[in-house]
Amino acid sequence: MSPRRRRQIDDRFADAPLDGPLLDVNGVQTFFKTPRGLVRAVDGVSLTLERGKTIGIVGESGSGKSVLSRSIMGLLPNNVVRHGSIKFEGREIGDADTETMRGYWGTQMSMVFQDPMTSLNPVMRVGNQITESLRYHLDVTKDYANETALALLQSVGIPEAERRMREYPHQLSGGMRQRVMIAIALACGPRLLFADEPTTALDVTVQAQILDLLQAQQRERFMAMVLVTHDLGVVAGRADNTGVMYAGQIVEYASTRTLFSETRHPYTEALLKSIPKLSQPSHTRLDAISGRPPDLVSPPVGCKFAARCGFAQPKCIAEEPALSDETTPGHAFRCFYPVGTPAGTDALERNLAAGVTATGLTVTRVGDALATGVDAVIA
Amino acid sequence: MAGSGTAHLRPADQSLLRVENLVVEFPVGRSGLKVNAVTNVSIDVMEGETLGLVGESGCGKSTTGKAIMQLPRPNSGQVLFDGADMTKLGGEELRKTRTRMKMIFQDPISSLNPRRKVEDIIGEGLRIWGIGSDEEQERKIDEAMLAVGLDPGQQRGRRPYQFSGGQCQRISIARAVVTDPKLIICDEPVSALDVSVQAQILNLLEDMKKRYGLTLIFIAHDLAVVKNVSDRIVVMYLGKICEVGSPDALYKAPSHPYTAGLLAAIPVPDPNVKPEERPALAGEIPSPVAPPSGCRFRTRCPKAQDKCAAEEPQIREMAPGQFVACHFPLAPGETLATRNGQMPSTG
Repeated sequence: MSPRRRRQIDDRFADAPLDGPLLDVNGVQTFFKTPRGLVRAVDGVSLTLERGKTIGIVGESGSGKSVLSRSIMGLLPNNVVRHGSIKFEGREIGDADTETMRGYWGTQMSMVFQDPMTSLNPVMRVGNQITESLRYHLDVTKDYANETALALLQSVGIPEAERRMREYPHQLSGGMRQRVMIAIALACGPRLLFADEPTTALDVTVQAQILDLLQAQQRERFMAMVLVTHDLGVVAGRADNTGVMYAGQIVEYASTRTLFSETRHPYTEALLKSIPKLSQPSHTRLDAISGRPPDLVSPPVGCKFAARCGFAQPKCIAEEPALSDETTPGHAFRCFYPVGTPAGTDALERNLAAGVTATGLTVTRVGDALATGVDAVIA
Repeated sequence: MAGSGTAHLRPADQSLLRVENLVVEFPVGRSGLKVNAVTNVSIDVMEGETLGLVGESGCGKSTTGKAIMQLPRPNSGQVLFDGADMTKLGGEELRKTRTRMKMIFQDPISSLNPRRKVEDIIGEGLRIWGIGSDEEQERKIDEAMLAVGLDPGQQRGRRPYQFSGGQCQRISIARAVVTDPKLIICDEPVSALDVSVQAQILNLLEDMKKRYGLTLIFIAHDLAVVKNVSDRIVVMYLGKICEVGSPDALYKAPSHPYTAGLLAAIPVPDPNVKPEERPALAGEIPSPVAPPSGCRFRTRCPKAQDKCAAEEPQIREMAPGQFVACHFPLAPGETLATRNGQMPSTG
C-alpha cells in the first residue's frame, strides 16, 4: 500500500473523540431472507463497550450471539436485512459497505473464530498469513513485517517461532493454530477484538491456556473484547459485563458479578442451574430446560422464553417484556416476574401449586431441582 | 502419568465387566509406526454402577469403550463380561453378547439412519432377535418411547430429521434400552448438545438407570458432567490410566498432578473465582505415535523428576478406594503452582 493511502486510514480517526464509548450498538436487527420467510436472528440488541473492557455474550445455539458479532464487524452475507445503529469511535458503521469496512478490519477491529482448523488458509505458510495483513494495512517493508510476525508468534506463546513461521497449518496442533489465529487478529493492533467461541474446539487444559493468553494480550494492549461463548464458566472470571442472549435478544445484561449473584431472568437462572458443577456431589439432579427455542421466522408475540419458563403467567404470552433496568440501575432484564423478587416467587409458587404454567408446561419439583415439561413427566 | 497395573480392580466375582491389560494400536500407513491408542488399561464395573471415563482428546477413552464392544478387537488383553471373555468369542456368540451390551454415540443425528422411521430404529434389535411376539414388540417400543419422553402416538412414524438433537439422543437411548441390556456404553452422549438439553439427557440417563437397572460406562471429556453421573471415575491420559476413585474424593483431593490440572482448567461459573489464580497445565498432549518414556504425562507435569522418564509408575492405592499411577503424587491439600502470567510453553 502506498504511504498516501496509509495516511488516509490514519486520518480517518484523527478527529475521533477520545471520550465516550468505543462501541455503541443501538437497536440492531439482522434478519436473513430465506425461502421460509425472514429469520429474525438478531432482534433489537443494544449495548455499549468502553475502551479496554470485556463484554461476554452468552447463549445457546441459534440465540444470535455469533450473528450479532458478525453484524458489528460487517461480515454478513447478501441475503440480509439490517436495521439499527452501530457506532464505533462515534462513527456510524451500521450501513457501511465492504470497501469502508476494510479500513476497520484488522486495524480497528478483528475477530478470532471458533474453528482454528478451517479458518486458516491450508496452502499458505503461517508466517505469510500474519504478514499479509501487516503489509496490506500498514506501510511496512517485508523484513519489518517478518520481524513483527515473529515477535507476535513469540508473544502468543508459540515455541520455536522461527521454524513455525515457515510451516503450514496442518503441521500445527489445534491449540497452536488458535494461537496463530490470535496472532493474525492482533497483528495490526486492533482496538476491539471479537472472540467468537475461541475455545469451543479445544481441550479443556488448552482452553484455559488460550483464554489466559487472550486476557493477557488484552490487558497489555488496552484492547476491548467481545467474548462470545455458550459457556457461562468462560465469561464468569473474564468479562466485565455479560449479556445473556435468547432467540435473538438480550434477556439479561449486567456486570458479570451481579449477573451471577443476583440473577433475575428465569432463562439465565435455568442455564446456571442446568450446568453440572464440580462443587455439587455426584448424582445431583439438574434443572433441565425443556423444549427448544422458538422458530425465529415467526417468534411468539409475548416473551420468547415463556413456552419453556416455569414462571410463565398469562401476561407473558400476551405482552413482550422490555429490556429495562428501571428497578436496578445497571442491571437490565426482560421479565415481568423476575427471579428473586416477590412477583417472581409468587408466580412460580402459583405454577407449582397448579402443576402447570400459563403456557401449559408441566412444572414440578424433584428433590431440590425444578423439573419442567418432559423432564417432569418422566421423573 | 499414566501407568499400568491392576491394583485398582475389585474381586473378579463382584464385577459385571472386567477389562484387563487392554491394548489397542493402530498402524500409521505403511511406515511400520503405530498409534498407541490404549496401552495396558484395566478397568472394572460392578453391577448397577456408573463408571466415568474422562480425559482429553487422544487419551484413549473412546477407543477403550469401543474395544470393550470388540469394535475393533483389541490387540491384546481380556474383556470379561458376564463370565465370558469377549476377545475369545466370535460370530454368533459375540453377536448374542452384544444384545446385553449397548452403545450410545456422540452425534445423535448421524448415528440414526435418516431414512428409517423411529419405530423401526427402536424396534430393530427386537425384530432381529425375535424377542417376544409382534404385539409384545410393539408394546416394548411404545414403552421405551414413553420412558425417554417421546410420544409414541404421534412420533412413531416420523424420521430422525424431524427431531432436534436432544430428541434424537432420546431415540438413541430408547433404541439402547429396548432389548433390556445389562451394560450401556455412552460415548460422549451429551457433548454435541446445548447445556440446557445436556441437562435433560443427563437426568434421563439417571432415570433410565433406575428404571431398567442398568450399568453404565460414561465416556466424556467434561469432568463436571462425569462427576455428576458417576459412582467411580477413571482419569485417562495418552492411552493410560492416571487415577481412579470416587467422584467426590477425586474432586476434593486429586492425587495425580494431571487430575489436579484438569480440574483447575475447567471454567467455573462463579465470578469470584479468578482464573489467573488457579493452576494451569502448560503444553499439549504429545503424539501417541511416540509417547514419552516412563510416565506419559511427564512432559507436562510440574512435578516431573528424572525417575518419571526412567520408570513407568504402577497404579497403587493412595487412600481407601483412591488409586493413582504416579511416582510423586500430590499430598492431600497440596496444589499445583498457579499460573504466573507467563505464556505456557510446549515441551
